[in-house]
Amino acid sequence: MPGESPALRKKAKPMSRIGVFVCWCGENIARTVDVAEVASAAAKIPGVRCSVHYKYMCSDPGQAMIREKIESEKLDAVVVASCSPHMHLKTFRKTAQRAGLNPYLVEMANIREHCSWVHHQRGEATAKAAEIIRMSVEKVRQNHALQAIRVPVTRRALVIGGGVAGIQAALDIADAGYEVVMVEREPSIGGKMAGLSETFPTLDCSQCILTPRMVEVGQHPRIKLYSYSEVEAVDGFVGNFTAKIRQKARYVDISKCTGCGECWNVCPLKRNPSEFDFKMGMRPAIYVPFPQAVPARPVIDSKTCAKLIRNGCGLCEKKCQAGAINFKDTDRVVEEKIGAVVVATGFQLYGIGKKQNGKLVGYGEYGYGKYKDVIDSLQFERLVSASGPTNGAIKRPSDGKEPKNVVFISCVGSRDNAKGLSYCSKICCMYTAKHTMLYKHKVHDGQAHVFYMDIRSGGKGYEEFVRRAIEQDGAKYYRGRVSKITEQNGKLIVRGADTLAGTPVTIEADLVVLAAAMRPAPGVTDLARMLNVGYDEHGFLLESHPKLRPVETNAAGVFICGACHSPKDIPESVAQASAAAAKTQILFAAEELTREPEIAQINEQTCAACYACYRTCPYHAIEQAEVRTPRGVFVKKTARVNPGLCMGCGTCVAACPSKSAELEGFTEQQIYSMVESLA
Amino acid sequence: MKLAYYPGCALHGSSNDYEQSLRACLGKLEVEPQEIKEWICCGATAAHALNHKLSIALPARNLALAEQQGFEDMLAPCPMCSMQLLKAAKLMDEDAGLRREISSVIEVEASGRLQVLNLIQVFQRIGLDRIKPAVKKPLADLKPACYYGCLLTRPPDVVKFDDPEQPSSMEAIMAMLGAKPVDWNYRTECCGAGMTMAKEATVLELSQRILADAREHGANCLVTACPMCHVNLDMKQGDIEQRYGTRFGLPIYYLTDVVGLALGLSSEELGIDRHFVKQPQ
Amino acid sequence: MAAAVDMTPNQVVRALQLGNFEIAMASDTIWACVSCQTCSTRCPQSVDCAGIMDALREVSLERGLASPAQKTVVAFQQAFLNNIRRNGRLDEIELIAEFKLRALPSERNLGFLFKDASLAPQLQMRRKLHLRGEKVKDRPIVRRIFERCGDGKHG
Repeated sequence: MPGESPALRKKAKPMSRIGVFVCWCGENIARTVDVAEVASAAAKIPGVRCSVHYKYMCSDPGQAMIREKIESEKLDAVVVASCSPHMHLKTFRKTAQRAGLNPYLVEMANIREHCSWVHHQRGEATAKAAEIIRMSVEKVRQNHALQAIRVPVTRRALVIGGGVAGIQAALDIADAGYEVVMVEREPSIGGKMAGLSETFPTLDCSQCILTPRMVEVGQHPRIKLYSYSEVEAVDGFVGNFTAKIRQKARYVDISKCTGCGECWNVCPLKRNPSEFDFKMGMRPAIYVPFPQAVPARPVIDSKTCAKLIRNGCGLCEKKCQAGAINFKDTDRVVEEKIGAVVVATGFQLYGIGKKQNGKLVGYGEYGYGKYKDVIDSLQFERLVSASGPTNGAIKRPSDGKEPKNVVFISCVGSRDNAKGLSYCSKICCMYTAKHTMLYKHKVHDGQAHVFYMDIRSGGKGYEEFVRRAIEQDGAKYYRGRVSKITEQNGKLIVRGADTLAGTPVTIEADLVVLAAAMRPAPGVTDLARMLNVGYDEHGFLLESHPKLRPVETNAAGVFICGACHSPKDIPESVAQASAAAAKTQILFAAEELTREPEIAQINEQTCAACYACYRTCPYHAIEQAEVRTPRGVFVKKTARVNPGLCMGCGTCVAACPSKSAELEGFTEQQIYSMVESLA
Repeated sequence: MKLAYYPGCALHGSSNDYEQSLRACLGKLEVEPQEIKEWICCGATAAHALNHKLSIALPARNLALAEQQGFEDMLAPCPMCSMQLLKAAKLMDEDAGLRREISSVIEVEASGRLQVLNLIQVFQRIGLDRIKPAVKKPLADLKPACYYGCLLTRPPDVVKFDDPEQPSSMEAIMAMLGAKPVDWNYRTECCGAGMTMAKEATVLELSQRILADAREHGANCLVTACPMCHVNLDMKQGDIEQRYGTRFGLPIYYLTDVVGLALGLSSEELGIDRHFVKQPQ
Repeated sequence: MAAAVDMTPNQVVRALQLGNFEIAMASDTIWACVSCQTCSTRCPQSVDCAGIMDALREVSLERGLASPAQKTVVAFQQAFLNNIRRNGRLDEIELIAEFKLRALPSERNLGFLFKDASLAPQLQMRRKLHLRGEKVKDRPIVRRIFERCGDGKHG
């Protein structure tokens, strides 16, 4: 049993009635390996009670055969010689369990991926298959019957990120009856979607479809929203996490504030570049990021507020009838106990105008940051948005005039192996088409020009949407890149190529919109390390399996959804969010959680408490514990494995100088026996 | 500062006014670059266009000679030379087999320790904050268009100098001298390079665009650090005016001309009187 | 340069991708190219387009496929290399002389020979005219370097 000292268990009897089941796997194994010969060779191994072969061991009849033999031959262990354990170990363990045999007394000998699929010579392959089976027999001989580990579950979910993905996941989990804690780093939830104008392919007003859900989150009885907050630490294991959340100082008491707006109207420092408007507009020092914010309560920017910097002003405090302003506010750290984490941290755009880390050096040739009228796609969204800094009128940032020629450039930073990011950002082709349409709908005599390399419009109704931009709204599409943008007499000279015509193209534009690449939100890699979730070289979080497990991670109990996983649009983010919510509900549906018991064990009698294992364990699964007498008298310090966290990697076994750590099912004795059996 | 000097064919040929200018200017700053002995042509366009191996071997010989003659730093005022030297050094750095092969071709070992510097880098080495106090005549009337041309900043992985799209190193020097460099659009566009004789029309067209844009942005002169660019913009300015029927009259200064003037040297000392387009009176 | 070329640079690379080497080698583009290096600097796939132009120039001469319309440019580059092989450093007068004579058959007008002659007094006035170019003392080493780089064939 887990937790038992290995020393005690060494007295257990080795298995002596082993059944070997050799699978043909149709042609996959039988074509290269002589399965009949291998079965009869196995029958001669001491301790093997029966050895048979069959065409498809994983099929119903095949499994029935195994169960029949377990009962009739009173088998005490089973070796199935077939495919990789990744394929069917669970299958055969369940089969054995149905026949009353402990599932951990089942081993698989991989004679497919490790033998028939990589060798051609029948003689050699057959001999190797026989050896592989002999090793598995040796191993299973010394296996122990194990019980799955049970851990309790805290049925509360933590959702990190309040964009559309986080909102969807939170609502699904809360509507299913579980409590949700949502943490959002900005003063309001809504994410990037709250700042968009209209969404493709329906041209729905983005805020109109999102704000009802934002309100739902804000008012949901089972959702606890920490806005203007960040996750600082997450400890524990699946079903049993503890999260430390830092609530940043708002300097406004939300419980007292009525959202009347007197404070931000009276604030004299009105000209701070607005983060929500991506610096296309201004906001006061005390502000609500946008009128439909949830919570609809202001926050004070401590970097610009005169009172906080030099004890001046203070007008908002004087004006506030509810007495909600509190300049003495501080950050607060709270703890929440949760059972599952859903990461929905979203994205940021590639910073075009500047050198970033290492290879990302920006695009100086586009003049972003140098020319006011060169903006990126999110900035254009704010221009077009009815609640934006120009109330939806499309105006040049330089002189406020209406642009009659707008150039849209795709793939800025994406698909660039030289100085950008190698991947495609997926949504830009669609939103660029959308931008040309929104522009045309507002500036009827305007002309949109799009420079593209390819058009990627694979979603439902997407291709038709792009054609609409070209055929109905007259957008001109040039297949080629832009080499340089310069300014002449107040116009932007855009020099590009039209490779379909084989000529260069020069356009005198009034405004240039760059479709910048999508990157994961800043700080996501720090968060990933907190959660033991892997991430790739771009910072996108890693899923367990790209095809079959897109919202799970290799950290049990941690799920991901939305743009933090990879660039994607709103329908996909929402779908993934619901998927993550479903996975969370599966977790919560169990009375208890079960974990695989093939984990490390530490012999507390021999452990010297050097804690080499504690320091090397990648899952922080080893605790510094004490051995005490039944009356509580201290005997010695020891290391102890937390069965809820241990992933059975064996690092501690390698690190332990006194050989006190052993891996259940993979003891040194077992491994040596397996090797010796080949001699 | 011990500095090797690789003039290149242009500075000892029809662009020897550049050499006069740089010796006078650097001399005023107490830097005396020492010409390396027995230097040979870097190969220029002809070698890299017609014979890849030669385009590495010729510069490599000069790198090796300079090292042999005890130098660690070498000024190559012509960006074609400096780029070819840097490219040869980089390729040999990345491929030890190539280094061995080239060393046997050029009959001397090229160890790759030598640092090749362009003119702007030499000023940066001296230190702009040390040059500033020596400025006697701030160039308040000068509105230069700083013209980098192609090879000072490209290819970026070879020359690794300044920014290939929005360079600013020359403007920094201009500002330090009290001049008012203009912001213009053709700072790194090609002038036509070595095609002056072979494809004159190309040079006239490309150089005309440069002069026109400089003027349009309010410049009253151009400053360059490349002898080929100087020839195409200065010597050919008359032909450009004739071909396009427009008058420019824009003096083309070498960078050392402008720095030298600010340090108090005369036009004659700097060889500015040898340019084709005259300075305004 | 786009106005002066028969194939755009990406079309040249496309020809190479498809194995149409002769088309690429015979283009005017590779000789109109001024090697400004802008292409290689900007390419998002890090294709060294400027290097490809160099390579195409070299092999097009090797295979005798260089565009006949470009004989003048070719003549200039060859005259330049010959000059260096002989002298170690450029002798400008000698270069112009050899270039003009080599290119005369393709230019086919005598005016070409004397076109830049008016420059001579202008350069002389400015002390920029060197009737005798500088020569490296050890010229045999230069010749040996050229030989080792296989440069007898472009002579």
